Amino acid sequence: MSAASAALSSDAGQVPVASRGYWANVLRRLARDKVAMACLAVLVLILLAAIFAPLIAPGDPYRGSIIRRLRPIGTEGYPLGTDELGRDMLTRLIYGGRLSLFMGIVPVLNAFLIGTFLGVVAGYVGGKTNMAIMRTIDVFYAFPSVLLAIAISGALGAGIFNSIVSLTVVFIPPIARVAESVTTQVRNLDFVDAARASGAGALTIIRVHILGNVLGPVFVYATGLVSVSMILASGLSFLGLGTKPPEAEWGLMLNTLRTAIYVQPAVAALPGAMIFVTSICFNLFSDGLRSAMDVKL
Amino acid sequence: MLEYLLKRILYAVPIALGVSLVCFLLVHIAPGDPLVSVLPADASQEMQEQLRAAYGFDKPLPVQFGLWIWRALGGDLGFSIATGRPVAAEVWRAIGNTFMLAVFAAAFGFLLGAFLGFVAGYYRGTWVDRASSALAVAGISLPHYWLGMVLVIIFSVQLNWLPATGAGPGGSADWEWDWAHMRHLILPALTMSVIPLGIVARSVRALVSDILSQEFIDALRAKGLSERGIFLHILKNAAPTGLAVMGLQLGYLLGGSILIETVFAWPGSGFLLGNAILQRDLPLLQGNILVLAMFFVTLNLLVDLVQTWLDPRIKRG
Repeated sequence: MSAASAALSSDAGQVPVASRGYWANVLRRLARDKVAMACLAVLVLILLAAIFAPLIAPGDPYRGSIIRRLRPIGTEGYPLGTDELGRDMLTRLIYGGRLSLFMGIVPVLNAFLIGTFLGVVAGYVGGKTNMAIMRTIDVFYAFPSVLLAIAISGALGAGIFNSIVSLTVVFIPPIARVAESVTTQVRNLDFVDAARASGAGALTIIRVHILGNVLGPVFVYATGLVSVSMILASGLSFLGLGTKPPEAEWGLMLNTLRTAIYVQPAVAALPGAMIFVTSICFNLFSDGLRSAMDVKL
Repeated sequence: MLEYLLKRILYAVPIALGVSLVCFLLVHIAPGDPLVSVLPADASQEMQEQLRAAYGFDKPLPVQFGLWIWRALGGDLGFSIATGRPVAAEVWRAIGNTFMLAVFAAAFGFLLGAFLGFVAGYYRGTWVDRASSALAVAGISLPHYWLGMVLVIIFSVQLNWLPATGAGPGGSADWEWDWAHMRHLILPALTMSVIPLGIVARSVRALVSDILSQEFIDALRAKGLSERGIFLHILKNAAPTGLAVMGLQLGYLLGGSILIETVFAWPGSGFLLGNAILQRDLPLLQGNILVLAMFFVTLNLLVDLVQTWLDPRIKRG
């Protein structure tokens, strides 16, 4: 790559490059970010392993063996040992990614849709509607996130669906706040007035001008929440509120292996290491995306 | 200033009411009849009605909410279904232990986080910045309940230096200022200190690097001010926002201690909450969450007021 084009692209946030679109530039900048790319690779690997778990996992995630309980890492036939019921750890870690990723991503996705909707409506309509929506959001914001998740989940009872509901409620307020503040900023810009003056209706303005400018920053913000969501979802399972045994899920596995720390500490720590690696990769990738998109929140 | 103070306190009232409403509704979003868990399976219809009236469940929801909040203001949070003891007394006894844990964790986490953030912001772009920023990201991404387990494995199981669970020798739940009790505090407090560490480090780094890029710093340097003088200027400018971040984090620690208290069987409000969940003890769950949430609301208010007092420019915003 020539020095001139490198200089151009590094200033792409300020200097509009006619020949290339905004997103092409974002992708190019992202592709040059080694940390973000490495994290993306790890995430894709974990995701593929989870999706194709039945094909690549060496065993059955539910079949245990009463005589082969808590074998150490490196045992013949059980490369990562066995859990407290003699089930193969490697298999369960691969399968565990399915529920753990699902429960980390789905609440953020739900909250992204609902929160953006609420925030854009509040920011665009303003006035009493804004008051009503944002003051309600403030109430939920007045809870520490862990406490709110546990409160709702604890009241609704254990289960995957209930955890997803409670985590969605936890993530709507921060996303709605970001969406509202970006919408309010964009709404007062000249080109929105110009669009309105040229006869565009409210829906067209929201769809074309508002969403086009709001979705990007809000999306970047939401990707940063996925790691929090994964840690919280696994935390709920760890408390016995999320998934139920014998399901393979990293937080639940960590919980059921807690009693094994005196016998096989390394095996007992494995599911937590998976949560840690996945969550740090989500965080670093989100950071990379943020700087590639030149979003300041 | 007084006007602002009153306005800000008045603004907190509807928030506190809304928070109470959410706590009140927790019992009502729960599936099944909350009475089922108190009554024996063969209770007659008449007994059910009696109890329903005693708990006030036969009245319309808004009336129930009014009664509930009136009693809560007087310190009556109902009775635990599992133990029959008053919820307020149970929560009050436990919250001291949580406070203890949170304060120690916050002291350590804030100091280390502020230090990491400061050197990262001061030496931004260098390897010091990258190393301390990497630590901050790791701190944010760490499932702290897992870190607790790992610390127990290392310091309790392998090295046998520190106790793995409880708050005192022989399962004692009451705090005393001696080494026998302090030993129990080390691992949970260390684990908990990681929660604010990353966020504080990141915020302080952003603050410091933002202040250093402002013109008045160049002017001060040109004037010949020593780096120690510059440091004092950074401190003064970063303090209001930095303290606000830390205040909120202390609130998160108080409300988010349940996982750590579960790992270490620390007899605080989080542990109590965990038990309430396991036994589906809804009054205890509700009362506990109400108290923790109210602490958080009050702390938010205090942080806001202190921040405005330190930096009156915020008032206009």
